[in-house]
Amino acid sequence: MNEAPKTLELRGVTKRFPGVMALDGVSFAAAKGEVVGLIGENGAGKSTVLKILSGIYQPDSGEVIVNGQPLRIASAREAFDHGVAMVFQEQSIIHNLTVAENMFLGREAEFLRFGLIDKRRMNAATEPFLRRVRLDVHPARRCADLTFAQRQMVEIAKALTLDDRMSGRVTILLDEPTSVLESAEVRLLFEIVEELKQRAAVVFISHRLEEVVSISDRIYVMRDGKVVKEVSAANATIPDLQAQMVGRQLHHEYYREARQAAPTAQVVMQARALSKQGAFADVSFALRAGEVLGVAGVVGSGREKLAQCLAGHLKPDSGELIVQGDTRRVWGAYEAVAEGVGLVPSERKVEGVVTAFSVAENMTLSALPQFERRGVLDFARERAVAQQWVDKLRIKTPTVRTLVSGLSGGNQQKVVLAKWRVAGVKVLILDHPTRGIDVGAKEDVYELVRDMTGEGLAIVLLGDTLDEVVGLSSRILVMRDGGVVAEVDAAAGAKPSQLDIVRHMA
Amino acid sequence: MSTVSLEKRSAAAPGLARIVRHGRDWAPLAVLVALCLVISAFNGNFLTIANLMRLLNTAAIPLVLALGSTFVILMGSIDLSVEGVVALTAVLASLLVANNISPLAIGLWAAPAAILAGGLLGFVNGWLHVRLKIPSFMTTLGVGFAGVGIATAILRGFTARIADPSFRFLSLGRVFGVPMAVWIAAVALGAALVFQQRTRSGRWIYAIGADESTARNAGIPVERTRILVFTVAGLFYGLAGVLSVAQFGQGHALISQGRLFTAVTAVVVGGTALSGGVGSVLNTVVGVLIVVTLANGMVLMGVEPYVQQGVQGLLIIAAVALSLDRSRLDVVK
Repeated sequence: MNEAPKTLELRGVTKRFPGVMALDGVSFAAAKGEVVGLIGENGAGKSTVLKILSGIYQPDSGEVIVNGQPLRIASAREAFDHGVAMVFQEQSIIHNLTVAENMFLGREAEFLRFGLIDKRRMNAATEPFLRRVRLDVHPARRCADLTFAQRQMVEIAKALTLDDRMSGRVTILLDEPTSVLESAEVRLLFEIVEELKQRAAVVFISHRLEEVVSISDRIYVMRDGKVVKEVSAANATIPDLQAQMVGRQLHHEYYREARQAAPTAQVVMQARALSKQGAFADVSFALRAGEVLGVAGVVGSGREKLAQCLAGHLKPDSGELIVQGDTRRVWGAYEAVAEGVGLVPSERKVEGVVTAFSVAENMTLSALPQFERRGVLDFARERAVAQQWVDKLRIKTPTVRTLVSGLSGGNQQKVVLAKWRVAGVKVLILDHPTRGIDVGAKEDVYELVRDMTGEGLAIVLLGDTLDEVVGLSSRILVMRDGGVVAEVDAAAGAKPSQLDIVRHMA
Repeated sequence: MSTVSLEKRSAAAPGLARIVRHGRDWAPLAVLVALCLVISAFNGNFLTIANLMRLLNTAAIPLVLALGSTFVILMGSIDLSVEGVVALTAVLASLLVANNISPLAIGLWAAPAAILAGGLLGFVNGWLHVRLKIPSFMTTLGVGFAGVGIATAILRGFTARIADPSFRFLSLGRVFGVPMAVWIAAVALGAALVFQQRTRSGRWIYAIGADESTARNAGIPVERTRILVFTVAGLFYGLAGVLSVAQFGQGHALISQGRLFTAVTAVVVGGTALSGGVGSVLNTVVGVLIVVTLANGMVLMGVEPYVQQGVQGLLIIAAVALSLDRSRLDVVK
């Protein structure tokens, strides 16, 4: 072989979803002895790459080559057994098992004596790996008792066990490994990564560009499902990388900018020094009727948890939430809905719709008392109202009695929006409202956002892409590491550039 | 509309999957029909008016119990307090009407009193389950056990014999040739059907059973609904207690023996999923008829009592095995 053998290589990997090209001929490679950075905006395709490597998706075309062998990966376990270890945020650690039990989960056979597990031997076998990641805990400790950072180190130590039993080389993928670590822990992690690359190929996926530049040898930039740039870290500058990540012009038409309403003076929701341990701290803002307040931030910036607190799905630890003029002490989902605050969740199938219910049943779910006459549900009125919303939102469904599980993602999302309109919400929190829906449906959702603000609703938007946040919002809060670091005005006709926002994000 | 129209629920499933799902939806009814055909082939006495009437009469109390359990199971919980609640409400009812132990004799008023007592016990079940966050399996097991204990303590092991013909009429009386117990069970079924189909709580039960986090996020008062459902179940058990006293003419702590198994079996055999969200009180009617017909048929065919019990045990396992779509189950606990 002429060049250094690659331990992990993707060649022209393509993955299509209905209406979306998630990956478009992605190629990249990592060899033993190097750290490869993989960066990109939300939705650029990084997570699809990871899902292909962990067997959740199969590529439509292209090859995944591990240690020179083309491989069809059916599960994360299979990838692991072939030498590709993925360190997601503590995903494979089972909290009620000990460190040693987690390290050798599924491989207990190596420690059997007369059919019983020899715990002492297992613990002893664990220790050298813990030393390599500088983790000073007893192998018999339950993982639940460890800190988050320690559990992450257990994950890495587990990946190292591969090294001993693999004939080929090992690849370790680190997905956002630093997003919840303190700076001292980050330094330690980097030392460990430096050591790791002596034995393995390391792929480092992160939103924190400084860290990617400092730890990586080479960097791949992804955008819109493609690898748009490969640079050596020595030649990379952060502004360059940011420009590569964004690299797109804003379409005024696409986001119906002409219909963007000027915010009114009426404050409908106000946060004062809202904090949630481990998620966000000291967040304050005032939300006005008729505006779209965008919240920008990378994974780990705390914006998802903030959205959940606003909708009553999570309890903040401190701070005040003032809704319709009153400070709310008791604020759960029930109270939020009663006060006209609804959340369109990013996990649509899990939290947005009841898939076993019909379109009409889903639309009236939050407002059933409205449909009662003398204590009994009025089905005719329920169906009539549902039909109105089906027509108004152009929802493609045979009838309002069709099960919502048979609808496309975009149409399901419209059902969720209709549910909140039927409930008469005043504040709607949109958490990635266009995730996984096709382009046409996206434009419909944008149209609906303008309709709603036109009717005086206030919207908090956690966009799927930065493009979307800038395009739709009238004001943008930028969050980083749990705090609001900037507030950027985004009036119609005077939109900030994405770089203006990205600058504050990472 | 929640689940009665079986076709609608599977409208979205295409081709083969649709046929399989249809099969699953209609399987309980097919089993019931097959069972009747087999038994009548063995014994000509099965399909006589007299035997069918006996069958319905036997089905009355199990149906009332299973209706209550259906709502709990639809919500994804389980109620094991059936026997305790029936025992306690039966003892209460028997002591409130003219009887040989207590001096009280409030006549038919004993019925609503016992039903309300059942509702109260159900409320306790729900309150403990929700407020103390104890799994329903455990709270209802405890409350049921306590119920039997209290019923035993009240009577100190004696049996209260009632001497109130108007109370006994609730079970034994006949209107248009049909026993009152059957009429009362039919009215209970009607009430259960309206509750399930036409009230917000009925809809919420399905939403919670199918997808609790979506239900919660939609602003549904999940905790309150849970307590309500256990309370409603308790009301049904109380009614069953009243019918038991009226039927046997006596009240004692062992009056409810074996009822729990019948109730849960009937619900599950009828096709209501233990995981919640799928099923209906109409499924439960079919389930009760299967269980009762099987028992009746085995008697007619001269099967030994202990073998009968074994067959019923196998029945519930077979029902669950047939009703689950195992291809989509990843985790079974």
